[in-house]
Amino acid sequence: MKAATGVLAAVLLALFATGAFAHKPSDSYLAISVEGTDVRGQWDIALRDLDFAIGVDDNGDGNITWGEVKAHQAEIAAYALARLKLRSGGADCPVHAIAFLADDHSDGAYSVMRFEGTCKVEADAIEISYSLFADLDPQHKGLLRLEHGGGTRTGIFSPERATQSFELEKISAFTQFFDYAREGVWHIWIGFDHILFLLSLLLPAVLALGGGRWQAVEHFAPAFWDVFKIVTSFTVAHSITLSLAALGVISLPSRLVESAIAASVVLAALNNILPLVHGRRWMVAFFFGLIHGFGFASVLRDLGLPQNALLIALVGFNLGVEGGQLAIVSAFLPIAYWLRATWFYRRLVFIGGSIAIVAVAGTWLVERAFNMKIITP
Amino acid sequence: MSTTRTYIIGTATEALLVLVLASLAIAAHAAPYVPKDDSVVLEHLPTRASDPVARELRQLRNELAANPRNRGAAIRLAERYFALANADGDPRYIGYAEAALRPWWDLSAPPLDALVMRAILKQYSHDFPGAMKDLEAATREDPENARAWSWRAAIDMVQANYDRARKDCLALNDIESDLYSVGCLAYLDGTTGKAAVAYRALSEAFARSSEVPPEVKVWVLTRLAEMSQRMGNVKQAEEHFRAAYFEPINDQFLLGAYSDFLLDQGRPDEVIPLLADWFKSDILLLRLAIAERILKAPKAAEHIEALRSRFEAAALRGDKLHQQEEARFNLYLLGNKEKALALAQENWRLQREPRDARILLEAALAMKDPAAAQDALDWLERSGNEDPLIRQTAQKLMALKR
Repeated sequence: MKAATGVLAAVLLALFATGAFAHKPSDSYLAISVEGTDVRGQWDIALRDLDFAIGVDDNGDGNITWGEVKAHQAEIAAYALARLKLRSGGADCPVHAIAFLADDHSDGAYSVMRFEGTCKVEADAIEISYSLFADLDPQHKGLLRLEHGGGTRTGIFSPERATQSFELEKISAFTQFFDYAREGVWHIWIGFDHILFLLSLLLPAVLALGGGRWQAVEHFAPAFWDVFKIVTSFTVAHSITLSLAALGVISLPSRLVESAIAASVVLAALNNILPLVHGRRWMVAFFFGLIHGFGFASVLRDLGLPQNALLIALVGFNLGVEGGQLAIVSAFLPIAYWLRATWFYRRLVFIGGSIAIVAVAGTWLVERAFNMKIITP
Repeated sequence: MSTTRTYIIGTATEALLVLVLASLAIAAHAAPYVPKDDSVVLEHLPTRASDPVARELRQLRNELAANPRNRGAAIRLAERYFALANADGDPRYIGYAEAALRPWWDLSAPPLDALVMRAILKQYSHDFPGAMKDLEAATREDPENARAWSWRAAIDMVQANYDRARKDCLALNDIESDLYSVGCLAYLDGTTGKAAVAYRALSEAFARSSEVPPEVKVWVLTRLAEMSQRMGNVKQAEEHFRAAYFEPINDQFLLGAYSDFLLDQGRPDEVIPLLADWFKSDILLLRLAIAERILKAPKAAEHIEALRSRFEAAALRGDKLHQQEEARFNLYLLGNKEKALALAQENWRLQREPRDARILLEAALAMKDPAAAQDALDWLERSGNEDPLIRQTAQKLMALKR
């Protein structure tokens, strides 16, 4: 009976705890991009798993240092790449490691290995065989992100599904252009921060500052030209940074960009309530347009930029953004011009609207910044 | 006017500066990086090479590597890994145990010990039908196999097959000592509307037993606490929870049940010190974040974000092991009632314990959709479970029907 006690203790606990995973199981993250016969990839493998498989903690102190990982780089590459086979058109696509880094995922530190290679044949499908840790931990899974021609697919590898084939579709340039243009329009429509920024600058276009007070403009022409200058300079500015960022010439942390965009909306709307800049609002539009361009670029990056059709995607997306913007402006201007002399427009829409924009964008600013606590003293 | 301007410009500049610094701090870890020098510690392993546990595991692994068909070593290793998985909730150990059993994993009729071990590992990954098939084969082969009968009871309880669970417990009755067979039946009765009877039986058997290992004490005390809750005796429940908590072992399932009790009693402030060191455990982090959200504690946002990324990682993997927790996360921390209800419904297909019924009823109530929780309402009727909070929620749902 004594022997059974230990066993049954575990059983009683099981009556309580059936199958409750409290931690994340073992996964690796495999990103592969295929363009023509070129294959490039990044493979994130948990250090815990690597230590279990090949032993990385050389001094046995229970801590894995970067030095220990570096000392095992060749071994990690050989071990992992022997368990990943890529084939295209019946022929191998041999790959080799080109860089080693580290990264943190939600469950701990990972070794990051970048690799590249060339397929012997360009085919309309790629076959991937994945057997990492299949012999050590059958619960392990490989999570694949496969990129090709601007499209992304995902797959899950497990010992039961160790070999999978992915079709590589050819996408026409026209479809690609149209897809990116649609994304551009869509982003302007759902990107309230861009719309609010533009509106903050456009609201005073049908008014003129005279004797310290806002007056309705007399004619449509000056209002139109004011709007024209603002929209054009905003467009030129964000096209510049969008292109530079998309081409990888400049890159800024996205949290900084998103926060600065929110700040630009706050400042533009504040300027309506307490005017600092009036005559040269197009310059404000240009300056902050540069920042908004980085925002568009991050969307474009998330969509995935096809290396073989970079220009098509960039121009398509940018034209989509302009189209969406133009639709908003052409709806706004006639109505604003029509209402410009009313109390409703001058107090409620202009001042009230600006205050509301400051409030909304101010909240974004705080949210997007590091923590709510920053701005409150 | 000019002071106002200066103020606005000054504040804006300051805000931007802070933003830049904050963003740089975040950007530092947003992507793969090269650590700044070799001595940077990237990961802490759960065991050191010199730990007795690690040494024992290494020895068993070596033994098995020399002869993978050495069943004795394979089962011993699988047992050790299974115990580790239960202690820290790390499912990697289940994978390692499965690997040890590989020569027997796909056999239609493996030897008895391998068969039972395989069933235990299968149920851990929620393959209940597969596990039950193995356990039925095991009890056919050896009707006196207490372990196989206990696991049958465990699975039947999770799936709310109460008639079958009673047979399993009765089979255990003939072969096992008092506390374990009484414990089995008391767990069943306590869940199915006879909490008072079950409470008396279990506390008496507990009082008669000597040399009860701490993990069994924790199990019994937690059960007694739950039964007390169902009987509406909050004070008694708390006494049992506290007694279990002061046993010299960590048990995250006790901590989970105790935290839920404190949350139900409107005492979130006591949950925080209880769970402060359990960031790594998803199920406990959920309770911690709920308490922090109620108290508007500064860490709430960070913990909610961590949970979100863990659930996303599980979804990426295609795991459906956490749906009950994910439903609670969606309902109470994200306010996403629709998703919470869908998850609670899907979870119910697999797991039918009182807490699974509870989240289904609560999510359906939030969506004002009593029909969506019909299965849980039927379960409550059939089981006769007495939990006052579950009954209250069910009544509110029934009122919506009319």
